[in-house]
Amino acid sequence: MPSNTADQSPDSGTTGMSLKDTELTLGLPGEAQVVIVGGKSCSKRGYSDTVDFRFRCCSGESSAKAEKVDWPGKEISGPGKAPDSKAQVVGWPPVRSVRKKALKSCKYVKVAVDGAPYLRKVDLEVHRSYQQLLMALETMFDCFTISSNDLEESKIMNPVNGAEYVPTYEDKDGDWMLVGDVPWNMFVESCKRVRLMKSSEAIGLAPRTPSCTSTT
Amino acid sequence: MGYSFPEEVLEHVLSFIDSDSDRNSVSLVCKSWHDIERWCRRRLFVGNCYAVSPAIAIRRFPELRSVSLKGKPHFADFNLVPHEWGGYAYPWIAAFAKAYPWLEELRLKRMVVSDEALELIAKKFKNFRVLVMYSCEGFSTDGLATIAANCRNLKELDLSESEVDDVSGNWLSQFPDSYTSLESLNITSLSSEIRFTALERLVGRCPNLKTLKLSHSVPLDLLPNLLQKAPQLVELGSGLHTKEVHPDLYSKLAGAFSGCKGLKRLCGLRDVVPSYLPTLYPICFGLTSLNLSDAPIQCPELIKLVSQCQNLQRLWVLDYIEDTGLIALAESCKDLRELRVFPSDPFGQEPNVSLTEQGLVSVSAGCPKLHSVLYFCRRMSNVALSTIARNRPNLTRFRLCIIERFRPDYITQEPLDVGFGAIVEHCKDLKRLSLSGLLTDRVFEYIGSHGKKLEMLSLAFAGDSDLGLHHVLSGCKSLRKLEIRDCPFGDKALLANAAKLETMRSLWMSACQVSYRACKLLGQKMPRLNVEVIAEQGHPDSSPDEYPVEKLYIYRTVSGPRSDMPSFVWTMDKNSALRSS
Repeated sequence: MPSNTADQSPDSGTTGMSLKDTELTLGLPGEAQVVIVGGKSCSKRGYSDTVDFRFRCCSGESSAKAEKVDWPGKEISGPGKAPDSKAQVVGWPPVRSVRKKALKSCKYVKVAVDGAPYLRKVDLEVHRSYQQLLMALETMFDCFTISSNDLEESKIMNPVNGAEYVPTYEDKDGDWMLVGDVPWNMFVESCKRVRLMKSSEAIGLAPRTPSCTSTT
Repeated sequence: MGYSFPEEVLEHVLSFIDSDSDRNSVSLVCKSWHDIERWCRRRLFVGNCYAVSPAIAIRRFPELRSVSLKGKPHFADFNLVPHEWGGYAYPWIAAFAKAYPWLEELRLKRMVVSDEALELIAKKFKNFRVLVMYSCEGFSTDGLATIAANCRNLKELDLSESEVDDVSGNWLSQFPDSYTSLESLNITSLSSEIRFTALERLVGRCPNLKTLKLSHSVPLDLLPNLLQKAPQLVELGSGLHTKEVHPDLYSKLAGAFSGCKGLKRLCGLRDVVPSYLPTLYPICFGLTSLNLSDAPIQCPELIKLVSQCQNLQRLWVLDYIEDTGLIALAESCKDLRELRVFPSDPFGQEPNVSLTEQGLVSVSAGCPKLHSVLYFCRRMSNVALSTIARNRPNLTRFRLCIIERFRPDYITQEPLDVGFGAIVEHCKDLKRLSLSGLLTDRVFEYIGSHGKKLEMLSLAFAGDSDLGLHHVLSGCKSLRKLEIRDCPFGDKALLANAAKLETMRSLWMSACQVSYRACKLLGQKMPRLNVEVIAEQGHPDSSPDEYPVEKLYIYRTVSGPRSDMPSFVWTMDKNSALRSS
């Protein structure tokens, strides 16, 4: 088996072994140096940079990208407190979607975002309200933020290009409607798929009436 | 020149050697052995369909009869691999159609199989016998109809966990009346109504049918008739649901089950009506495998059922079994080898059942042959893990999923490093490990020191720094598959252990801290690796090089970059420039 170019003592078993000892040989000149501080490594770049830039952040899809996770340390408030534990993290817990289907009558619908080259599927049965659905979509598609949890007030926006999106769905009759116009349960029942449409294109759809509820 | 072994003799000797690794060793002895071996190899296993091209495989092994292929990375099971990522079976099947007209078996896992591919199978392989599509997608019941209509010698059709576009249930009627060779049928993933009369006739005319795993849509009323036509069944999967309870049906069912004297494996039981469970009691003693992971049976009935299965070797069950049920299991099922406990409410915030680490500890104490564990729970302690490790040093597979992320030892609030450390230290033959809970770099130090036989490791939300990844890559000599999500591992460990990656099948890293620059560097320096960057949010060139990539999939290959990548996957190549197909 080819040995690593790095020098190491495999069974040292001591916490004293640091990456500095490993003589990283593939480093480019001028690359950020790693400083080992008490067994942890801190990139010169610093943690704050990763947090500020939401869309390139280390924790991509997980809701841990939100403000509360303190990489690389684990100073989280409260014992075992997972940040943002209410929001669903993609693929966690690692239960196969087939198994999920077996447990509940689940309602998987495809979600498309205008301008994104990929589709996602979301299980409407797992969520209990429009807010939860919006939060899940925000986690699934990192390319936009939702400015408010209130469906009526919220704007879905892609900060990178400033585009605004309107959540729409196709119902059983094949009509495209605005998400949020009907009570949640009715929506789950009739929704066939969801599309986040660019606001500029959503002109033909009826505007949201002020009286519509965003709760179940 | 000395005498040489006649080829025919060597071929005959080799025909007794089945294991791939032994055959690989044989082929390294000398040129003539290499040549003889390749002509007489009949089975091929390709663990990553992009590690080698169909052309290379065919050139090396001209006379294959059986091929297994795996496509997407394991994390595709949890929606972490985007749709359209790849894993297409068609190019392989098309190449095989020309090279292996006598191909008999295809086993595909996590691949995209189109109806066109199924049609090729149906029409081009005259002696086709076994089609297994595990967790595949891309085909419809139309494709199945073509298989049914054309494969005269089909023995096995297995669609476990596959997503099938269920156009109509009539495909089953496409098996001609003269067709009698079915031995194994698994159609659990189909949801449309199938023609029950067709199913009954099919079952009735296939005397060698041993495995029958049916979909949810087969109603209970039909089951007694089916069982009476196939008393030779060894494996059965069926719902036991019914709209109404007829007393008549109960006794018919009880009679039918009693008639299946050879039944060893049972699964399905979705929506089972608890009052029908006693119809199973006569067969419990003979069962070696019981899969209740789809069955919403609650504790008292569950315990009653399981405690009668004294010969059980494998149990898959929902956490409705609770600690009390697992204690009963440990007392009754002394031959248990594999236990999987799945969550009934994985997304609920609060525990809905009384299942804790105690259940697993009991089973580890009571079942001396237990070697394979998958366990979902909501709390764990280092002391429990150490106890399990000491009880069961014969563990080979240990996958623990503590449902809430970052959960520490519930007694001490410490990370679970020491507990998992005990597992790798005591279980010297451990081949597969999945971690969860609050974990620091320390656990990886233990794994690197002790996990010498570890072949597959799954990590999520664990570790503090690159040191963690470095321990694993430098210490785990036997590592083949490493999959990581949401861990703070970055460039340093990866680049320092680049050579290690060529000794592994694959590495998956998503939501970590590997920079685009490091990916490019790796791609540039390691031509025998495909370094694939998945960036659904746009070209990684559009952000600075030091920003982390979303997802990274690195695998060794002898075929160079693949040519079927979707628009959001890029291979880093030796020009360190982006290439997308």
